[in-house]
Amino acid sequence: MDKMPKWADVVLTPLISLFLAFAISGLVILAIGESPWEALKTMVTGALGSSYGWGFTLYYATNFIFTGLAVAVAYHAAMFNIGGEGQAGLGGLGVAMVCLFIPWPHWSLALIAAMIGSALFGAAWAYIPAILQAKRGSHIVITTIMFNFIAAALLNWALVNWLRPIGSMDPASANFPASTHLPKITDMFAGFGIEWGKHTPANITFFVALLACLAVWLLIWRTRLGYEIRAFGKSESAARYAGISPTRITVIAMLISGGLAGMMAINNVMGEGERLILNNVEGAGFIGIAVALMGRNHPIGVLLAALLFGFLYQGGGELALWTSIPRELIIVIQALVILFTGALDNMVRMPLEAFFLSRRRRGTAERS
Amino acid sequence: MTAETAKTGGPAAAPQDMPPAIELRGISKAFGPVQANKDINLTVARGSIHGIIGENGAGKSTLMSILYGFYKPDSGEIRINGTPIQITDSMTAIRAGIGMVFQHFKLVRNFTVLENIILGAEDGPMLRPSLARARTRLRELAEEYELQVDPDETIDELSVGHQQRVEILKALYRQADILILDEPTGVLTPAEADHLFRILNGLRDEGKTIILITHKLREIMEITDTVSVMRRGEMVASVRTAETSPEELAELMVGRKVLLEVDKSPAQPGTPVLEVRNLRLIDDEKVERIRGISFDIRAGEIVGIAGVSGNGQTQLLELLGGFPEKGAKVSGEILMNGQSLDLSGRRSDAATRRARGIGHVPEDRQDEGLIMDFAAWENVAFGYHNTPEYSNGIWLDRKAIRTDAEGKIERFDVRPPNPDLAARNFSGGNQQKIVVAREVERNPDLLLIGQPTRGVDIGAIEFIHKRIVELRDAGKAVLLVSVELDEIMSLSDRILVMFDGMIMGERDPETTTAGELGLLMAGVTDTPAEGAA
Repeated sequence: MDKMPKWADVVLTPLISLFLAFAISGLVILAIGESPWEALKTMVTGALGSSYGWGFTLYYATNFIFTGLAVAVAYHAAMFNIGGEGQAGLGGLGVAMVCLFIPWPHWSLALIAAMIGSALFGAAWAYIPAILQAKRGSHIVITTIMFNFIAAALLNWALVNWLRPIGSMDPASANFPASTHLPKITDMFAGFGIEWGKHTPANITFFVALLACLAVWLLIWRTRLGYEIRAFGKSESAARYAGISPTRITVIAMLISGGLAGMMAINNVMGEGERLILNNVEGAGFIGIAVALMGRNHPIGVLLAALLFGFLYQGGGELALWTSIPRELIIVIQALVILFTGALDNMVRMPLEAFFLSRRRRGTAERS
Repeated sequence: MTAETAKTGGPAAAPQDMPPAIELRGISKAFGPVQANKDINLTVARGSIHGIIGENGAGKSTLMSILYGFYKPDSGEIRINGTPIQITDSMTAIRAGIGMVFQHFKLVRNFTVLENIILGAEDGPMLRPSLARARTRLRELAEEYELQVDPDETIDELSVGHQQRVEILKALYRQADILILDEPTGVLTPAEADHLFRILNGLRDEGKTIILITHKLREIMEITDTVSVMRRGEMVASVRTAETSPEELAELMVGRKVLLEVDKSPAQPGTPVLEVRNLRLIDDEKVERIRGISFDIRAGEIVGIAGVSGNGQTQLLELLGGFPEKGAKVSGEILMNGQSLDLSGRRSDAATRRARGIGHVPEDRQDEGLIMDFAAWENVAFGYHNTPEYSNGIWLDRKAIRTDAEGKIERFDVRPPNPDLAARNFSGGNQQKIVVAREVERNPDLLLIGQPTRGVDIGAIEFIHKRIVELRDAGKAVLLVSVELDEIMSLSDRILVMFDGMIMGERDPETTTAGELGLLMAGVTDTPAEGAA
């Protein structure tokens, strides 16, 4: 058991990586003649310093939880679903149809219907690449990324030719009826007598996302299906030996993955936009890859990583607003975080592992 | 401490005052908390064949990797021909005259023999002069040591035995004086192994020094001059082969008395459990891997299939187990307890086969039998995870599986007895015990078992063989596939020999000989065609 303690593996490693990413970001900010300290302060106060800031951070995090979970589930079946963007877009179409075409007496019913609608549409969009992979061997990375473009074109067409209200110049659907409007976190907290900053987009979907984390955890580690997904993900030949059908698992895992990505639309389309607009996913599908990577494909990790990226998104927005640091620099910071926590993970892990091992060996030597 | 130089009568017995070819003094190497080599001393005389035996994980491979520059020892000294030397990488090792033939060949499959030989030893930027020189040199070597191979053939077209010759030639071309062979006979037919031994004897007679790593006691007795035994990272003995016996070596390896022969009573076969009729399998590349075979296995008997690997045994096991290679076309008929099995479609999968009473210990436990990253307890349910014992609606019944796993670990003496340890962290023998426990304790009507003891240490071999015989005595049918002829002969009640997808004949293990089986395995049939010599 030549391994370092688990806490070092799951907590210390990402924290050090994060620190390194921020340190280099600081150098970059320094290089363009700004103060890294001021920048950090702006980001932290802007994203976490007020309930107003939290209202945005949580909103972004909710998006990233769904797309992160989507990537994580597919990953456990050894598939790289980078089609979250398109699946979430199609989920938006599902939400729009649920909200526009069915009259709902109460938002709670609309929410349940929207969950089903968005998941179905997202899953359907993932089904085609899944079946192509399972039956024809078309690589899922290629097909899902191409399906992102197809989804964008399809949404464009649907909005311009079909969902756009007559007479409107805007390629967007009509506003959803008021009975489908989801409670904002502001309203929910007001019910408990707690004041929360006004006009923030965070809404009840955040709690749906938390439930989704729990559901994914149960699915992967507690059910027979999750067992089969993990077994297939580790070794296809072993799965076949055990009577697990590769076709079935490929398709089911991708349906769940696509469904989760699709459910993101509850947050941004139903909860925030209250109508379907062009390009509503705004890259959250791709951020989900980084979130899953950083969260080690575990629901708790995904939740934490989503919160971090939510902070980066909101803090970055504040940075562009209040300082003369160009908006593009935010992307640099985000990229550095992804680079260090994801791609360069082993750079931190290996020396850390060596450190713990040498300490342990010295420890045993002293004892004996 | 080691015996003096070569065997009596060896023509190239080195002069007494020559320093030993290899001398290791106090070599130690640790990986984390694991001490892989502990203060190893080893002396190998020039011009001798020295065997190193030991169970898996005893540290043989680590020691040889140190000698070949893959690992740096934590302490100790290496002397080659009397001079101390720091072997930092394989280039230094090659320059010091050490050649290594790995168990898994390091050849470029779509290169020709000649190209492989000069790979890494090209004389200059242009290929042509190197190739020409290599060609001449190869011809000399081939004549000298009985190492004939066609230099222009690509590796893909060569038999395994010939590929091994290329590896040896590669080492000799780099002017190796010391040749290390790691489990060289694992992939060879008996005849090929004999040929290899002739080659090795020839090399020894020319003054080369050979180190042979193997777990086959018979080979040690047959060919080596001196032998060292390793156990748990330590060198426990170095003796002259002529002065020891297989029993003594086995005891030294394991640390206790071992039964080398399988102890079993005569079989009492009952009604046929498995009936195979005219079975054919054509794989994805349109190659006919199984060519119309028919046989029965009755209750209470062990049928062994002997054959060199790659003659259709793997395909047969996978087909019976319900997971033939993707895209394979299967025809014929299989009856299980008198009822026919689906050969294609949804009900031909491994889950259905298990439901029909077929258990399967696959040939490749690391890639098929186990999920290496799963904990031992999770692996105990593998393949049976949808049965009512292990599940509860959509949920996995983790408690039931754990309880069962703890019982299996105890009954099969799996070490360390920790159900939470990932399968990867068990030794080969203990991994195999987990698989055997899982399959045997389901009490299947038919047990398919492939290479039950490949990479398994002697102590565990004894245990696994006993369990197989017990299952037979309980009136179950067993189909055993193994490339180890000794295992087939000692365990089977009937032997079928497979060659090129066909069954060449059936033999009684009591009356047949290894030589006879070896001929069948090489495709020589019972009755030679008329006029043939």
